[in-house]
Amino acid sequence: MKKISLLLIIIMAGMYFYAAVGLPLIGDANSAPNTHVAPRYIEKSYEETASPNMVTAVLADYRGYDTLGETTVIFIAGLATFLILSTAPSKKKEEEGGDNK
Amino acid sequence: MIQEFLAGSLIYWLIAILFLLGIYGILDNNNFMKKLMAMNIMQVAVILFFLVLGQKSGGTLPIMIGHDNNVDLYINPLPHALMLTAIVVSLSTTGVALALLMRIQDHYGEIEEDDILRRMNK
Amino acid sequence: MNRGFGSIVLDTSFRVLVPFTLVYGIYVLVHGEYSPGGGFQAGALLAVGVVLARLVQGREAAFNIKGTTALIVAGIGTFIYGAIGFSTILFGGKFLEYGKLPFKVHDPAELHALGMLGIEIGVTICVMATIVGILDALTRGEDLS
Repeated sequence: MKKISLLLIIIMAGMYFYAAVGLPLIGDANSAPNTHVAPRYIEKSYEETASPNMVTAVLADYRGYDTLGETTVIFIAGLATFLILSTAPSKKKEEEGGDNK
Repeated sequence: MIQEFLAGSLIYWLIAILFLLGIYGILDNNNFMKKLMAMNIMQVAVILFFLVLGQKSGGTLPIMIGHDNNVDLYINPLPHALMLTAIVVSLSTTGVALALLMRIQDHYGEIEEDDILRRMNK
Repeated sequence: MNRGFGSIVLDTSFRVLVPFTLVYGIYVLVHGEYSPGGGFQAGALLAVGVVLARLVQGREAAFNIKGTTALIVAGIGTFIYGAIGFSTILFGGKFLEYGKLPFKVHDPAELHALGMLGIEIGVTICVMATIVGILDALTRGEDLS
């Protein structure tokens, strides 16, 4: 098992290192992630939202629907944690089970 | 040449190593708690990768200085906004995973994978 | 975590630390459009205040949110977000179109800032209550023993 996972990791490492050659250089202002919508956000966010912090403008205004989904995910995760553990067999029950053993 | 590599793309290799460490931890560990920690390491690698893609040389924080909206002056705000939510979501999903681990511990008395699989197949 | 740690050094430093943490959290929330910050970070900071109180003074701390209450508060936070989104539909805009909010401002762009502040209050409440609720749920088993 250990050998198989090591072999798998080595193959994946080769793939990742091969793919990393094609990625844009760090700090390149003309790379693909920095060109499409990002200049629009930087130029227009202050006059459209009156908020100097562009991260907040993108988060809450341009992508507000996305953030609504994220907030719902957080709320549902909290709810799930509560519900999973609220029906848990309590310590008392576990001790009874221990007596049976 | 070597300097260009160090400044330009070494960080991708380091992130790939971090990601592979996470995958190796998930594959190789027998304990579910250690698997969860390895998964969090993998998540950190993904977040770092996104943040690194938004860098610009000569750029500063994406917070407007005065009314200067020159594009070259600020780094890309989009990956920051995306990863900000990803960090908080990873926190709450880690909470759900810990709750599931506590249920497994309640039911089986241990969180070792091979023992639990053996007892499930019985 | 039922009883807390209860040493005198912890109690004293806790009394100094927690008010500053909470005030800083609220600062990060209301100043989030002008400096680094925003709803998620403010929620985490406010949760740190409550979690510190839980760790130092135990479950009977005066400054505490119970598990079920925390869930209700998290629901209220999510509801605030959604309600602001739907209220812009009532005023004739699209979902989350802050430009239609009925406030008098000098510049239409400031309506967007107001709407962003509103939804960030919702996000803050949701994140804070969720972190406290997860802590409460994960440590509940210790109380039964």
